[in-house]
Amino acid sequence: MTMRRTDVVIVGGGLIGAWTAFFLARRGRKVVLVEKGVVGAQSSGTNFGNLRLQGRFPGQYPLSLRAQALWEDIEELIGDRCEFDPSGHLYIAFNDAEREKLEKYAAVSESHGLAIEHLGAADLARRYPWLSGKAVAATFSPRDATANPRLVTPAVARAAKALGVEVVEQCTVMQARREAAGFVLETADGRSFGCDHLVNAAGAWAGEIAQMFGEGAPLFPAGPPQFVTEPFPYFIRPSVQAVDGTVIFRQIPRGNVILAGYPRTAADPIRNRAPVPPAKTLAAMRHLTAVVPALRDCHVIRVWSGIEGYLPDMIPVIGPSMTTDGLFHAFGFCGHGFQIGPGVGLCLSEMICDGSTETPLDPFSIARFRGAVAEDEKFRREFDLPAAAR
Amino acid sequence: MAELMAEVVIVGAGPAGIRAAGILAAQGLRPILVDEGRQAGGQGYRRPSPGLALDMDTLMGTEAGKYKALHADFAALLNRIDYRPRTLVWGIEDRRLHCVRDGRQTTIAFDALIVATGAMDRIAPLPGWILPGVFTLGGAQAVLKDQGCLVGRRVAFLGASPLLSLAALQYRKLGAEVVAVCDTSSFRDKIAALPQLAAVPRTLARGIAYLAALKRARVPLFDGVTPLAIEGEAGVTALRFRDGRGHERRIACDAVALGYGLKPETQLAELAGARFAFDARFRLWLPVTDEDGRAGEGLYLAGDGAAIGGADAAEASGALAALAVLHDLGLRSEHDERPALRRRLARLRRFQQGLARAFRWPVAALARLSDEVAVCRCEHVTAGDIRRAMDADLGPVDVNRVKAITRCGMGRCQGRVCGPALQEIAAAHAGLPVEAVGRLRGQAPLKPVPLGILEEEEA
Ligand SMILES: Cc1cc2nc3c(=O)[nH]c(=O)nc-3n(C[C@H](O)[C@H](O)[C@H](O)COP(=O)(O)OP(=O)(O)OC[C@H]3O[C@@H](n4cnc5c(N)ncnc54)[C@H](O)[C@@H]3O)c2cc1C
Ligand SMILES: Cc1cc2nc3c(=O)[nH]c(=O)nc-3n(C[C@H](O)[C@H](O)[C@H](O)COP(=O)(O)OP(=O)(O)OC[C@H]3O[C@@H](n4cnc5c(N)ncnc54)[C@H](O)[C@@H]3O)c2cc1C
Repeated sequence: MTMRRTDVVIVGGGLIGAWTAFFLARRGRKVVLVEKGVVGAQSSGTNFGNLRLQGRFPGQYPLSLRAQALWEDIEELIGDRCEFDPSGHLYIAFNDAEREKLEKYAAVSESHGLAIEHLGAADLARRYPWLSGKAVAATFSPRDATANPRLVTPAVARAAKALGVEVVEQCTVMQARREAAGFVLETADGRSFGCDHLVNAAGAWAGEIAQMFGEGAPLFPAGPPQFVTEPFPYFIRPSVQAVDGTVIFRQIPRGNVILAGYPRTAADPIRNRAPVPPAKTLAAMRHLTAVVPALRDCHVIRVWSGIEGYLPDMIPVIGPSMTTDGLFHAFGFCGHGFQIGPGVGLCLSEMICDGSTETPLDPFSIARFRGAVAEDEKFRREFDLPAAAR
Repeated sequence: MAELMAEVVIVGAGPAGIRAAGILAAQGLRPILVDEGRQAGGQGYRRPSPGLALDMDTLMGTEAGKYKALHADFAALLNRIDYRPRTLVWGIEDRRLHCVRDGRQTTIAFDALIVATGAMDRIAPLPGWILPGVFTLGGAQAVLKDQGCLVGRRVAFLGASPLLSLAALQYRKLGAEVVAVCDTSSFRDKIAALPQLAAVPRTLARGIAYLAALKRARVPLFDGVTPLAIEGEAGVTALRFRDGRGHERRIACDAVALGYGLKPETQLAELAGARFAFDARFRLWLPVTDEDGRAGEGLYLAGDGAAIGGADAAEASGALAALAVLHDLGLRSEHDERPALRRRLARLRRFQQGLARAFRWPVAALARLSDEVAVCRCEHVTAGDIRRAMDADLGPVDVNRVKAITRCGMGRCQGRVCGPALQEIAAAHAGLPVEAVGRLRGQAPLKPVPLGILEEEEA
């Protein structure tokens, strides 16, 4: 059996893998992107499509803003707009406690140079007359955006391919190890690859790859339920999110309203299932009509979810392995990897090509899982599973 | 007697569901029979709305006796079953059905579930098929029987289905002018299918009688037709086709009823856990069952929703599914009717296989469908959109991926209408057998549910 040698192998053809491949190829690296199914069909292809800047983990702003600049340039970068739309994001509060939370988020955003509009009940009634009086305050970030997740990853992978990346679909990496001459990978269909650098961008399955190198992170697979309505006259321009997480929605110009809501449901990465319990569909519908009463007669036509990797502190792992030289991890995006995807790809390419990146990524090191990691409040609140399942 | 307390729920009050309910009730069970319709009867034996004086004897013709018998049996059953009309099942989880009835959410727990959800038309798109005035063949029959309405005054019937001539006759009886019955399958197809059709001589004779009646009435009949286009601007004005001898014809009409046989409504069975296998004779993915309709633990399928068989087969398979439930609950009857029912069902289904041969699904025409024709009418996705998406580098092959990229099948009907055509177009374009491009997966809700649905009332 012959081994295919290359500079970098990326395991996982999601958004992270595709962008990493793209930026590495731009730097002249020979890259093989290995995907067990087809490109962009998992989390990256099923997500809500929010490119939200408000309310992120404070340590993520440099990365997040870098990523947004890439999104804003997407047509230049890959020759496809992928329905990128700078629609803005409206974060709404239903009471004073929530308003305070919003103000705190806004202060963080503003400290990173983001323009935030602070809106009271009267502003909301004037600007968004379709909002019920339930919302008492909101912050609006005009730079937040949305894009069509079903289109993006294949488009990025196509652009990467045009730059020389070899994209191998229907190919599962079963084994990976480090030898003196570099990494050796074996796939389920009997192929083998050798490389100097290895990127683990295997999404909710990335724990298995990390384990092959004797390290791990307590990855928990779950799916936020998503719902979509039939087309309705277009009247909701920004993407809207209740700060309590009960409802997140946006309308696309075609008219469909896409909605999502916590809590998330456990998913099964082995059988490839991300169920949406009917009770959640009902709850999401109830919450949406409470906020936008005009949608009462609109119908939900489909529900779905996806398989996303969550970590207890609700931030991803991004950066070099602690056990193995030349191995880089990028997984556990905890439901917000779509927005930072291009930034993560760019940073990984810099780490691989230059040995470092200007973007601070320390909080995301896998090293943090050597000790006990404190559970984020969101990890406790935003999932509905028996404690034993964790 | 713990078994007697078992909750058996039947979804679908057509001939399959009604027969199943009758057998369970005869054993002292009180099944719950759920149907989204206002009245029992299902599709073939649909009853007119109350207060509408339709002459059902004339409309049902030779089948009037069976029609009356089913409805009489149902009326006699009513106080022994828990019948819940106007109740749409939209989801299922942990042996509990999620339904909406009169705008309110309700749930129904079950130990055993009989899914008898029937079928709907299989549609092959052609230029102009999304014009106002084009109806599915079954839809055209449904408005006729349910509301005494006609889809037009001058109606053309197009497709490949034994229901084509039946519907045309029914339309004639109610005063429509039938301007043409255009069958895309040929006389030769029918001859080839004769051995299988002979399995049920009575039904075969009935089909021939329909055609003879249309001939006597001087209704223009065409077979071996190649459809070219349905014409019109704001609505249908004409049907253009090439007849069996290759002559192009244009027939003025104000409505077209279009159908290429039936496809089972399998979404509920799928969400309930049924597995699927490709059936080459029907070119459809059908749920896998044993000969009595068992499709999983506590899951039974009957009627056209399990395998297209027609009304008689629906009654037989409904009875079999109910007997299987009883058997599995340990309630065996002295006299075992199952062997006879199984033989009868096998014969009726053999006949359907003959029909699928006599009335062919137009595989080649779909492969050639021109690029500008809409395949998905909900999302307005054309054949060209599908092919272009597939041609792109890293383009999709599997129909679920084609759907994700193009939105074909992503709209209000969730691919019920465009699914079979999408499979053919994708397979032909990929140069693969149709089963290799996969099957559109179902998702809740089974049918659209209003956002403003009221909460469940406390029991
Ligand atoms: C329903 C849902 C809604 C979301 N909404 C948003 C949102 O609005 N905004 C936002 O920013 N983020 C959102 N996210 C999160 C976002 O989608 C993810 O964080 C992001 O897509 C992660 O990308 P990825 O490439 O790491 O993962 P994936 O897309 O899962 O890609 C990983 C790939 O690796 C492949 N793979 C795994 N193991 C192997 C192996 N051994 N060999 C070969 N290939 C392998 C998999 O098949 C998969 O394709 C949402 C997620 C979900 C599920
Ligand atoms: C539109 C149409 C017209 C037809 N006309 C004729 C005809 O004239 N003559 C003839 O011989 N055959 C006709 N057929 C063939 C017909 O399918 C069979 O003859 C017979 O009706 C099949 O019986 P069934 O019990 O399997 O299903 P059906 O009679 O179709 O009954 C299924 C029932 O399930 C219900 N249902 C489905 N899904 C749900 C859900 N999610 N929630 C609640 N209820 C649900 C439906 O409302 C329906 O009442 C027609 C078929 C169709 C689709």
